[in-house]
Amino acid sequence: MSLNPLGDFTRLHYKRRKATNILFCSLMVVSTLIVVLALGAVFGYVLYKGLPAFNWPFFTSLPKPVGEVGGGMLNAIVGSLIMVSLGGLIGVPWGILTGVYLSEYGRGKFASTVRFSANMLSSVPSIILGLFVYVILVKPMHRFSALSGSLTLAIIMIPTIARITEELLKLVPNHIREAGLALGLPRWKVTLRIVLRGSFSAIITGVMLAVARVSGETAPLLFTALNNQFLQFRLDQPISSLPVQIYTYAISPFDDWNRQAWAGAYALIVFVFLINLITRVIFKPTVKGLN
Amino acid sequence: MSILKVNNLNAWFGEHRALNNIKLSFDSNKVTALIGPSGCGKSTFIRCLNRLHEETPGASASGQVILQGENIYVAGVDPVRIRRKVGMVFQKPNPFPALSVFDNVVAGLRLAGIGRKSILRDVAEKSLKLAALWDEVKDKLNQPGTSLSGGQQQRLCIARALAVEPPVLLMDEPTSALDPISTAKIEELVLSLKKEITIIIVTHNMQQAARVSDKTAFFLLGELIEFGDTSQIFTVPKEKKTEEYITGKFG
Repeated sequence: MSLNPLGDFTRLHYKRRKATNILFCSLMVVSTLIVVLALGAVFGYVLYKGLPAFNWPFFTSLPKPVGEVGGGMLNAIVGSLIMVSLGGLIGVPWGILTGVYLSEYGRGKFASTVRFSANMLSSVPSIILGLFVYVILVKPMHRFSALSGSLTLAIIMIPTIARITEELLKLVPNHIREAGLALGLPRWKVTLRIVLRGSFSAIITGVMLAVARVSGETAPLLFTALNNQFLQFRLDQPISSLPVQIYTYAISPFDDWNRQAWAGAYALIVFVFLINLITRVIFKPTVKGLN
Repeated sequence: MSILKVNNLNAWFGEHRALNNIKLSFDSNKVTALIGPSGCGKSTFIRCLNRLHEETPGASASGQVILQGENIYVAGVDPVRIRRKVGMVFQKPNPFPALSVFDNVVAGLRLAGIGRKSILRDVAEKSLKLAALWDEVKDKLNQPGTSLSGGQQQRLCIARALAVEPPVLLMDEPTSALDPISTAKIEELVLSLKKEITIIIVTHNMQQAARVSDKTAFFLLGELIEFGDTSQIFTVPKEKKTEEYITGKFG
């Protein structure tokens, strides 16, 4: 067939191309809208249900016994903060170091085994990781504890953070590393101060997604940290957390508790949202100044 | 006087031999151009001179490379120490990401543990002036290095390499990603820098080799075919292959 630019074939072809273009553009717009709407709906509904109990005492007081009106989730908020922080303290450096190893040093069988394990581990249901920590920590200690909860959250974080770090470091072109080596710098310094430094803000964003993810974990904490109606700061004692407290209150038959569960859900969403926002502001790609 | 002498240098990528018994010597404060078709081993060769070749997985090299009287290919020589004496500029401008212009220039010193602000500032100014970039960036030292134009980025990389004061500077096709004006600036720079430093430049551009170099080496298929004064190589080459390459019969 001749490709006469004004022939019927070309004109038809052009029309079809236009139609396909419009079709796929509309599909994209619709998909995007659905995502945004879903977020809006979740946020809106939780806000609507949670707002009545979302007040100052909610943040400052402990749960009241059944029948008494009021009370708050101070214990759960403190518990979540402790466990997410300690879990992050363990999991974030561990994950980043694993990612650096995979991207910068890992070659051959061992590295691919590590990579495969990280992939597997990140797809293991978190409840199983909770059971694992139950066996290795809760049973020997003979009690549920904040420490076990933190360790569980750390284990959930590590594979995600490791893979994110690896992928981001692999985006750094190799000639950047060579430029560092050519300045007469040892490889570890090039890795740490040039390669990792250059991707730092992107890695932190990834890390915060992982942290936000684990701050909503419920099931594995039931096996490890359990719950606690009292405010406590010790790592070797059972401790409350927002998701577990929400779970407990949501399945209870008391209206007041149900309302508080919604407020807790709202607090959790705000918490995750704030983590994302703050890291974005603090770790915006910036350049260190002369002074 | 020769500052760098190469004897029987061989290089491999795995089983593949990329360089075959190269013997060459470089005079100090001269510019030597390495020419030859793609894949002839020019880049591999200069990457052997600062022991960067061996950083490629599976790559290895053997032979003698004598830098200021010291063979850098004997056991126990730390490649990190050698690379401080043999700087390198790459094909693509590669300022370090997320570092400012200033931090890029002093990266080699700062990461080697020199933290005194006054020293770093002096070195930065001196290196940027040597690289003919100072006037253009003196007011934007705090901006990201990657915000400069391509030609400026390449001069920034040259300044960065000069900041650690290496006696030898390797340039691997430093202008192949640049426009003609930036290229001309880099060429001027090469000519002015040879007062301070010995330069070895790989280029695909034969006019460039003719313009900037004192000596020229022609490589083909991992062998050194001919080495001599640039004027001689480009006017009366001794080898037939050299003549054919220079006149554009192949390559």
